[in-house]
Amino acid sequence: MKHFTYERASDRTDAITQVAANPQAKFIAGGTNFMDMWKEGVETPERLIDIRKFPGEITVTDGTLRLDATTTNSQVAYHSQVRDRYPVLSEAILAGASPQLRNMATTGGNLMQRNRCSYFHDVSYPCNKRVPNSGCPAIEGINRMHAIFGTSDRCIAAHPSDMCVALAALGAVVQTRKPDGETRNIAFKDFHLLPGDTPHIETALEHGELIEAVEIPPLPWAKRSHYLKVRDRHSYAYALVSAAVALEIEGDKIVNARVAMGGVGTKPWRSPEAENALIGAKNNEESFIAAASAALEGAKPYQYNVFKIELAQSTLVQALLTVNSEQ
Amino acid sequence: MVTEMTSTQDRTNIQAKTGKNIDRVDGRLKVTGEACYSAEFPLEGIAHGYIIQSTIAKGTIEAIDTSQAEQLPGVLAILTHQNAPKLNSLKSKNFGGGYPGENFLPLQDNQVHFDGQHIGIVVAETYEQARLAASLIEINYDEAEPMFDLEQALEQSERYDPGERLQPSWGDIEGGLQQAAVTIEETYTTPLEHHNPMETSATTAEWHDDELTVYDSTQWVMGTRGMIARGLGLPEEKVRVISHFVGGGFGCKGFFWTHPLLAAIAARKVNRPVRLMLTRQQMFSSCGHRPRTVQKITLGADNEGKLTAIRHHTDTETSFVGDHAEPCGNITKMLYACPNMEIKHQIARTNTGTPTPMRGPGETSGTYALEAALDELAVKAGIDPMEFRIINHADRHPQSDKPWSSKHLIECYQRAADAFGWQNRDPRPGSMREGDDLIGWGMATATYPGYRFPTAAKAQILANGKVIVSSATHDLGTGTYTIMTQIAADTLGLPIERVKFELGDSKLPIASVSGGSSTAASVSPAVRSACEAACFKLIEMAIADNESPLHDYQAEEITTEAGRIFVKESPEIGETYEAVLQRHNLPLVEAEISPQDKGSRYKSIAARTKPGIVEDEGGSDEFAIHSFGAHFVEVRINPRRNQVKVSRVVGAFDVGRILNQKTARSQIYGGTIFGIGMALMEETLLDPHSGRVIIHNLADYHVPIQADIPEMETIFVEYPDYHLNPLGARGIGEIATAGIAAAVVNAIYHATGKRVRDLPITPDKLL
Repeated sequence: MKHFTYERASDRTDAITQVAANPQAKFIAGGTNFMDMWKEGVETPERLIDIRKFPGEITVTDGTLRLDATTTNSQVAYHSQVRDRYPVLSEAILAGASPQLRNMATTGGNLMQRNRCSYFHDVSYPCNKRVPNSGCPAIEGINRMHAIFGTSDRCIAAHPSDMCVALAALGAVVQTRKPDGETRNIAFKDFHLLPGDTPHIETALEHGELIEAVEIPPLPWAKRSHYLKVRDRHSYAYALVSAAVALEIEGDKIVNARVAMGGVGTKPWRSPEAENALIGAKNNEESFIAAASAALEGAKPYQYNVFKIELAQSTLVQALLTVNSEQ
Repeated sequence: MVTEMTSTQDRTNIQAKTGKNIDRVDGRLKVTGEACYSAEFPLEGIAHGYIIQSTIAKGTIEAIDTSQAEQLPGVLAILTHQNAPKLNSLKSKNFGGGYPGENFLPLQDNQVHFDGQHIGIVVAETYEQARLAASLIEINYDEAEPMFDLEQALEQSERYDPGERLQPSWGDIEGGLQQAAVTIEETYTTPLEHHNPMETSATTAEWHDDELTVYDSTQWVMGTRGMIARGLGLPEEKVRVISHFVGGGFGCKGFFWTHPLLAAIAARKVNRPVRLMLTRQQMFSSCGHRPRTVQKITLGADNEGKLTAIRHHTDTETSFVGDHAEPCGNITKMLYACPNMEIKHQIARTNTGTPTPMRGPGETSGTYALEAALDELAVKAGIDPMEFRIINHADRHPQSDKPWSSKHLIECYQRAADAFGWQNRDPRPGSMREGDDLIGWGMATATYPGYRFPTAAKAQILANGKVIVSSATHDLGTGTYTIMTQIAADTLGLPIERVKFELGDSKLPIASVSGGSSTAASVSPAVRSACEAACFKLIEMAIADNESPLHDYQAEEITTEAGRIFVKESPEIGETYEAVLQRHNLPLVEAEISPQDKGSRYKSIAARTKPGIVEDEGGSDEFAIHSFGAHFVEVRINPRRNQVKVSRVVGAFDVGRILNQKTARSQIYGGTIFGIGMALMEETLLDPHSGRVIIHNLADYHVPIQADIPEMETIFVEYPDYHLNPLGARGIGEIATAGIAAAVVNAIYHATGKRVRDLPITPDKLL
């Protein structure tokens, strides 16, 4: 492990100033994802600025739920407002990692989670994310876990977060503060970037820009929402595919819908195609199958992940059936 | 107290504590962290090693540049093939042909035979310094095309010939198939798998002049001592290997790998103790794996369901630097009665590390294929799968025609089936549902040989009333400390608190590898005999002592119970062990018993003690000795998610006497979980271009976690097997892993109507 310096920041301004001052500095909160990569030499920070002790509050203002960046995954998942108003978010968080990890992992950290591509995690292989322009062995390698949406000829790694899939479905907003003091609101769909030609640039954040909070707009009908994850074992495994869905139903018609998928995209994958197919349709299996088929249109599988198309469709249908059956 | 004693003692029926749910005697040490594992010995001046591994699967090292690494603070030494000492060949005829572990010495040349090969070691003041230095070493390779595709290797690569032993056949296989009313022929594949014990392999090596002490996470202190001594050219008595606690082994710590030698030469180089603990990632290329198998099974049965032909061809692999044969057909030749049999194994060399036994080597992969194929044939014949197995029950060993030492398999089927509720099964696939879930019920037979290896033990009865018993065996978390303490305590009639059992030290009386589920069956009789022999010495002292109440009695008239020796017919005439020792002014009396027969694994190792005290019926070449069992499994599958949930497991096992219900059940649970992992999730993948191991951490290599495992019900049909040893116990470490994967896949078929013949059955394979 490379030598590094570590400091606990006194407040947000201090943290941002310290990270901005050193291009090799990083924020650290729960560290649950970062430590793995650090130990394997995937991350090689010179300086770590710890923000974990910053207050982590969950508040509601005018119906908007605000999660401070340093709220823990457990805190959010078990919060009564989250469980009552956004079950999909609570379920998504609890579908990820393990209780011990969720007690450490934070909301901001979850947004910054990096992928699980085996080639990315092993520094003896080339990887365009680690070393720009060095190549991508996953494209013709073991790519069973990889993405079928949003890939490029530089990177096909799937985004690993469960929580972010729910946040994408709910249309969350990421509040940040930049080194120059400016704060901004980043729509969730704009927060994570597609790999394109620059897979090493993963988010819209500038160096030293700190996530302060995630806000979820009021969405009363999201009470009827659900997260369904399919994986190789029943806990503590990344999604093969997952679905975050919410439905507003009047009579036998769907009037509003949210659909996002995990395990399939290079970023949390919201599907306006599926949502459009659902809105106005009847709330029956036929509509759900049509929506699932719309959701997977344009998917580009690789040698070992062709199954994701069918599995994502059936998972989506199951998630919609489950939500539909809720009263 | 005297009146409570039994006047006649059944010495073959030790019951006082043996068999009971005694808590682990080392439990407290483990949960409080006091148990000292191999990488935890706090030696003064310890330095830390880190292994340098190849990042190609085949080729030649052209250059190693260590200059940058050497300049780092804290770096003490870097050993590579350019400066490592020459080592002596490990080859030996003592292992019956096949070589345990890699037939390979580290750092002796510039050749790379597999990905992750150990090609150097860095020693530094701290672990972090060593690891950083290792990352800065630049290696240039001349890469060659590796051979790693199994199918291609079988066509083009060198073969390893395991000998005729693995190619038995009898009868007329083609004739048998022609007689058959139903036949099936299918191919079953199993992937490369890794043991992944909780504790990664570790060695701490310390030299005192020309004497070496090695703390090593080994399942075989004597074997490790022999290999280190041979490799370094030392007499064995100059090497001491200590392995007090092993955090799980499952076979990957059973035989010899390079890291103990690397720690030893590194410690000598820096003249300080060196600790070397492999990382989880390194465990995927440093100490063996279960090799890939492709098993083609052809079965025929007549109208009544009697098997007329069994053909089992296994294609598998070993490395270029070691010989391993995964003997999948070994169980096929003994599990069912069949007049026509053909077993074959073909083994190709690939550029992988050397495979090694992994919990049920051969038995586990082999029962998966055979028991899945039998299910297919039973369905085709329209016969209940359990009934089908009973119809084909082997009343004698089908190959040798020997009688079984003790076989109660049909009772296992029946008792497990009753507990499971098998009679309520609707045989039609997909017929049983609950809500959206498809429910499937499957079953399979389990079996594992009853092994017993030569073992010695020593017992010391101390003047303070305590007893110390020892043998150079091991506790892999299996309960050896506990059951041996129980046996010693029972033999001498003492509470277990007065007995201490010591193991895991090559200075102790010799024991063999803790592998092949052999430890309980091998060490128990030695422990009992040693205790009896020590006690007999006390009896002899008392008889000869005119101050003793036992003076002038005959040894045959005397027995022991509750720390006393006394006259069988008049229990009030006697005295305590301490009384004898104190009167003779002796601190202790001790006896060591040694294996008399080093040849046959089944033969008696009857103790060298006197009649009247020791009754060791021993094993016998007259009998075939196997354990048996039956697994019944329920799975639930939501047909849209395709994720298999094992919701119930019931197993019944015929494994001889149970020495401790609690540790025995844990062994069965662990073995069952291991097999569920094999059925549903475990797989190590190789990169299809470089042949390198690409799955090498526990986030990507899935083993079952709590949520994957249901409540399990374990039934022991307890029939002591006195043909294996005088305690009647057979080992149970591996049997539960055999067959369970087939029970799961058979249940999946029953739920879905789909036959998946390629493990593991992940959700994608059920689409």
